[in-house]
Amino acid sequence: MKNNRPTPTHQVIIRPKTGWELVDWREIKEYKDLIYFLILRDVKSLYKQTVLGFSWAILRPFLKMIVFSVIFGRIAKIPSDGIPYPLFSYAGLVAWEYFANSLKRSSGSLISGSGIFTKVYFPRLILPIVPCIASLVDFTIALSIVFIMMLIYNFAITWTIIYIPILVLLMLITASGLGMWLSALAIQYRDVPYGVEFLVQLLMYAAPVIFPISWLPESLKLYLGIYPMYGVIEGFRSALLHQTPMPWDLIGIGAISASIMFLSGAYYFKKKERIFADVA
Amino acid sequence: MKDNIIQINNLSKRYRIGIKEEMHDSLIGKFFSFLIAPLNNFRRVQKLSKFKGKSSGEDIIWALRDISLNIEPGEIVGIIGSNGAGKSTLLKILSRIVEPTEGSAIIKGRVASLLEIGTGFHKELSGRENIYLNGTILGMKKNEIKDKFEDIVEFSEIGKFIDTPVKRYSSGMYVRLAFAVAAHLEPEILIVDEVLAVGDAAFQKKCLGKMSETAQEGRTVLFVSHNMHTIQDLCNRTILLEDGKVALDGTTSDVIKQYLQPGMINTGESNLTDGFRSRKSPGKLRAKAIRILNEKNEICTIYEINDSLSIELDISHVHENGFAVSFLIFNQQGALIYQVRSQDGNIVTKNLGSTATIRLTIPRLNIIQGRYSIDVWIGNHLDLLEDHVESTISFEVINRGHSKVPLRSIIHEVGKWQILKN
Repeated sequence: MKNNRPTPTHQVIIRPKTGWELVDWREIKEYKDLIYFLILRDVKSLYKQTVLGFSWAILRPFLKMIVFSVIFGRIAKIPSDGIPYPLFSYAGLVAWEYFANSLKRSSGSLISGSGIFTKVYFPRLILPIVPCIASLVDFTIALSIVFIMMLIYNFAITWTIIYIPILVLLMLITASGLGMWLSALAIQYRDVPYGVEFLVQLLMYAAPVIFPISWLPESLKLYLGIYPMYGVIEGFRSALLHQTPMPWDLIGIGAISASIMFLSGAYYFKKKERIFADVA
Repeated sequence: MKDNIIQINNLSKRYRIGIKEEMHDSLIGKFFSFLIAPLNNFRRVQKLSKFKGKSSGEDIIWALRDISLNIEPGEIVGIIGSNGAGKSTLLKILSRIVEPTEGSAIIKGRVASLLEIGTGFHKELSGRENIYLNGTILGMKKNEIKDKFEDIVEFSEIGKFIDTPVKRYSSGMYVRLAFAVAAHLEPEILIVDEVLAVGDAAFQKKCLGKMSETAQEGRTVLFVSHNMHTIQDLCNRTILLEDGKVALDGTTSDVIKQYLQPGMINTGESNLTDGFRSRKSPGKLRAKAIRILNEKNEICTIYEINDSLSIELDISHVHENGFAVSFLIFNQQGALIYQVRSQDGNIVTKNLGSTATIRLTIPRLNIIQGRYSIDVWIGNHLDLLEDHVESTISFEVINRGHSKVPLRSIIHEVGKWQILKN
């Protein structure tokens, strides 16, 4: 007769959850096809119907670099570790733009994805992580300009660029960790997106984008490392332009705080997850 | 004994609905409340997810209360009930979209839920890209979609437009593509909300065909619909929900028969308050309430294809010069299928007093089954608009299959107008 399909082994128990819950990373892996197509959607739709297309990925940091070079390099005369200011600021901006874009899109991911997660089940944790991966495309395009600028300013490209993926991973973990916190808050409190706009501005001036870390007192250095972008941006400049040694101490401290942000973000997200569809 | 594929035990879901804002009658009070508004807002937003053990209160509603059900593998279960009875909430809990407040459900098998078609469609992406995106969102694997891709495109009748961004599609094409993806899902349990209400009739039929095919493959299906005809065609068991509880559970024909009895559901009357959505009221005359009644003068929302139907309208602020009423009936696709004007009836509307009740009787509907809604238009004695209310009330026409006359998509009867004395 009917039903010669294998007996279903997949069993789900639905009941009200209480307290903290572990993140089921294996379940997320099962949804890798969905993650892939969501990333593809983000990448493909980003510059649809624009004239300049992916050139915007270069233009945004490039135009900022020009403005910064005039205001902070020429007028304010902020030092730049002996590196020409345009190259100095662009190397920092490439990393910063990735972080800022990921953070903005990640914290808004639940609000923009509410049309999906109120209709279908999938691990919601995917939503704030996807934009952080999709933004890597913009980042890679913008990064290629650094190499052209290095040629123009006569900076040799050395093997130290292999450190870049480590720094990118650190940014990805930080951005998605903060993204999980902020997106879970934003779906209930719609003030958060407005706050994030301001937060991102503030975080940029707090990070060594327009100034070198050597500008700050040595005693503060390790405390500042708690903000992972210190290690990342200094690391970027060191790996590309090698005027300063690789700041492994800052990167180490940054990695610890990034991991704390990511894990606490994941747990907070899981805890709030059950009310997302109710408050969306 | 067969193993249950879905086992629901005492499932309940509590929601908090909007809380009334405080009113202030002094400027100082208003200013003060403006200052502390953020604090109040914070409390209100926070309350959306916190209940502090409260189980009742004016702002709390129980969308579901103590639902217990067992569903066996291969059953096709219809879920019916009036708006707000808890049908969608039940489906959302079983789809793991919202969490129950109390109780539990055990589901043995892979679930796909179709609470909407075209979930996650991105208008900038092409049809091809959206098939993959929507397919994976609904729970399919990439390779599975690749294998079925040709079938999906063929089913959708999109053809050469498959690489066009879907924002350039007509709404019909959009719906067909979305349905084509959904129709190719092969989960063990399929949860379907009323998604068939969109799309043209021919395509609806095609989808129903595909669905009953699915049903015959031994798949378990939960199906919510307002269309009794579809439920009767597809489901062997039907559950009637009312106020968040199971009111009836049995074979489809039994449940529908009881459900259709007059008085079982009481939505055949609607009070047209001033805040009624889509209302234009340039004049003073007001439509106050509308009722639809059957042959026995009972308020009723479900009619057989050749039943008689009466519409009663209460009007206030009537002027001594009289008034004119039009009823407009629309089908599910929004097409006008009937329009009558009281000026054409043999009635006098002058000197009636300040309120009046006017009634239109259609002796035989003779229209195809479906859901229909009524718009009301009231004019003054010069035929100038006084009050116009859209979608005041709706009714269902079902086909039990013993009609001798040919059915039409529009009502041909002229209808009889009456003024009822208060």
